Amino acid sequence: MSNPILATHGLCKSFGALKATEDVSIDLRHGEIHAIIGPNGAGKSTLIQQISGALRPDAGTIELLGHDVTRLTTQARARAGLGRTFQVSALAMEDTVLENVLLGALGASGRPWRFWRSVHADKTQKETALAALERVGLADAKDQRTADLSHGQRRQLEVAVALTLTPRAFLMDEPMAGLGASGSKQMTGFLDGLRDEAPILLVEHDMDAVFALADRISVLVYGRIIATGSVDDIRNDAAVRAAYLGEDA
Amino acid sequence: MSSLLIAEQVLNGLQSGIMLFLMAAGLTLIFGVMGLINLAHGSLYMIGAFAAAAVAGATGSFLLALVAALIAAACAGAIVEMVVIRRLYHAPHLDQVLATFALILIFSEGTRWVFGSFPLFLDIPEALSGPVTLPGGIQYPLYRLALIGAGLAVAAGLWFLTARTRIGIQIRAGENDREMIAALGVDISKLYTLVFALGAGLAGLAGALVGAIQSVQVGMGEPVLILAFVVIVIGGIGSIKGAFIGALLVGLTDTLGGIFLPELFKLFMAPDAATQTGSALASMAIYILMSLVLIWRPSGLFGVRL
Amino acid sequence: MIGERYLNLLVLAALMAVPLWALAADEPFTITLATRAVILALAAVGLNIALGMGGLVSLGHAVFFGLGGYAMGILASHAQSYTPLELFGLTIEGTKSMPVIWLTAIIISALAAWGIGLLSLRTSGVYFIMITLAFGQMFYYFAISWSAYGGEDGLSIYVRNGFPGLNTLVPIEYFGLCFAVLCLALLLNARLQGSPFGLALNAARQVPARVETVGLDPMRLKLLAFVLSGAITGLAGALFADLNRFVSPTMFSWQLSGELIVLIVIGGVGRLMGPVIGACLFVTLEHWLGGITEFWHVFLGAILLLIVLFARGGIVGLLTGKEGPHV
Repeated sequence: MSNPILATHGLCKSFGALKATEDVSIDLRHGEIHAIIGPNGAGKSTLIQQISGALRPDAGTIELLGHDVTRLTTQARARAGLGRTFQVSALAMEDTVLENVLLGALGASGRPWRFWRSVHADKTQKETALAALERVGLADAKDQRTADLSHGQRRQLEVAVALTLTPRAFLMDEPMAGLGASGSKQMTGFLDGLRDEAPILLVEHDMDAVFALADRISVLVYGRIIATGSVDDIRNDAAVRAAYLGEDA
Repeated sequence: MSSLLIAEQVLNGLQSGIMLFLMAAGLTLIFGVMGLINLAHGSLYMIGAFAAAAVAGATGSFLLALVAALIAAACAGAIVEMVVIRRLYHAPHLDQVLATFALILIFSEGTRWVFGSFPLFLDIPEALSGPVTLPGGIQYPLYRLALIGAGLAVAAGLWFLTARTRIGIQIRAGENDREMIAALGVDISKLYTLVFALGAGLAGLAGALVGAIQSVQVGMGEPVLILAFVVIVIGGIGSIKGAFIGALLVGLTDTLGGIFLPELFKLFMAPDAATQTGSALASMAIYILMSLVLIWRPSGLFGVRL
Repeated sequence: MIGERYLNLLVLAALMAVPLWALAADEPFTITLATRAVILALAAVGLNIALGMGGLVSLGHAVFFGLGGYAMGILASHAQSYTPLELFGLTIEGTKSMPVIWLTAIIISALAAWGIGLLSLRTSGVYFIMITLAFGQMFYYFAISWSAYGGEDGLSIYVRNGFPGLNTLVPIEYFGLCFAVLCLALLLNARLQGSPFGLALNAARQVPARVETVGLDPMRLKLLAFVLSGAITGLAGALFADLNRFVSPTMFSWQLSGELIVLIVIGGVGRLMGPVIGACLFVTLEHWLGGITEFWHVFLGAILLLIVLFARGGIVGLLTGKEGPHV
């Protein structure tokens, strides 16, 4: 078995008396989609924030491609190959769709310190940006103001920005959030093909999508991973049924 | 330099710090509860001072003057809150800055229009004038001592109000969770007006109290306002305790810096140059203090971590 | 409604036409007023980079204006008295050459902006506003207590500094010079808006978290914007000092910082010509209302309140019918 692309070892984070994550160890292997599920308040977003770099863990380490990135900033982790999408679309709403993906391409190039030439002058960056839009099916909307996009289109743009970084691992925070049935199906199809490019750590509420996509699932309850396994393992896990599905029913 | 002089300067620092606290407490309360940055707080300070000077001139009573200052500033605060400020709670900070800057222009020029450009004078009351002799033989103006006492009393009252009374509980709840207190049936817009008027009243009181040892004039509020901002940045926004500690630190640093830095420089410079460099540096002392706090704790000594 | 591009050209043309008319009508004071508007516009164009693009509500931009002014005052006063300036063991000759003075003003303001920005950008929101305001006050009091260069009374320079090939004492020539500098700054601003840096900075204002996740540091972007912004405002300060042949601590005052923001908001935040329109209107109001009543600030305050409460896009927003960036 090859080394994991992304791994956490014994992550802990508390807010006062509340233990938001407790001894969380998960890994993301080459070519897989690893889904993290759990009821509301289980600590999923705290976990995502620690992996992305927005929160510093109290204890434990995070490894990306075999390097310890625990103490790196968000932007350093992005440069090291982590492509994150947000649960609530974090897009520059005043800018055009193309400008949003250009920002990604610009970030990937690491050279924003140009003051005189036009942002459209760099052909490579523009091609990267357009290609990403093409892939998520937003090429026609490239000159629209982002604020005018539909909710579903914003979710697609969110993914397109991550694509421009050509990351080594994706960290996706509920990419299906707020999508209707057909949008959700479309996104599922898209993510399905994406895993060969880079593995995806997927935090998701939409169980249909999770069961359709995940190679492995980890279940987070009260800040702890109570089970990790294949879709069938998780479906049949007694502890999961009690803690998670039991609560859902 | 004698220890008497040092003791006197420490008292001066305390006195100016405590008066700063009256300003900073209102500002920090208003920010903590309503999330509003109010540049016009200095205008309320000025209104208090002018009301006091006018009433003292007419009646000769200092006590009435203080009451007038409190009422005038609180009323001005309540009116401003209901007419303008209320529309700004959910507005971006830039709008709050501009609207309250506009209020400063209106208040300052309006006051100049009514009272003219010449400073007014507010006399220290007979009973509090003259020096007293403190233990250790320190001669100190009774009025300044009274300011320290009055300020401490207000601080204690404010603590009691926020920690022990029903309205204080509502105010603290308002800082944490606006929906919650609305759900509990508290009339939030009344509460906001009340908090704003309370902050304004404190500023007006400070203006009147300080007005008796300085001159009462247009533009007196803004330097104090900016010092109060320094206090809040040091203490942490929204924290009354932070405002108290911050105010004392700023008051002491400002006063002692002005005395000791020139002396310090005389140790290794020519007296003339030392006085110049020392006093120039002393004018920057509190800002250097602020910078150090920012480097150490960006959200202030008692602020919530950002 | 009118396209923003046409509006921009129209404004520049009008700004150039007024002093030319004044020259023909022999009204030198109007030329001075126009020069004043151009210089204030330049200062506000600088601030607009931090405010409109970076979303940084700096209430301390008078610091840079004042530093630019004092750079001129100090260099020219040494040239005037034929005494070199001794600084940290270095001996610097005074100068009456505008290009040298401008360069000094730009460098000093940029350095100050870097220092202030480094400290202030550790925080955000209201803290940032209060801290920039406080630093402004620090420079103000420092200038007052620094008696070597006039302290509270300020510093007079008897002859306007020189620019190669121009007679800067002729009002229209000095206007032309300032106008050219303003146009350069506007060109820089326009290029900046469409540049990679501008794109990243605009995004850092709107969604800093996004900028981080594409591998860029929003804080560094904002710091650089603040430095550029301070440098341009500093240059404006040097020009302003030369216009008045006088510098004083009021160039550092918080009122001036406030007025610079007011100029921008009247014109339109984040709009290329917002500061220019704002400055022209401000100088006109100041002159016209100031002629009617001594208390014209009351009316300025009222106008400002109305704009904040009812016309957020400023004049450019009203005329073009388009929303500008949100700060």
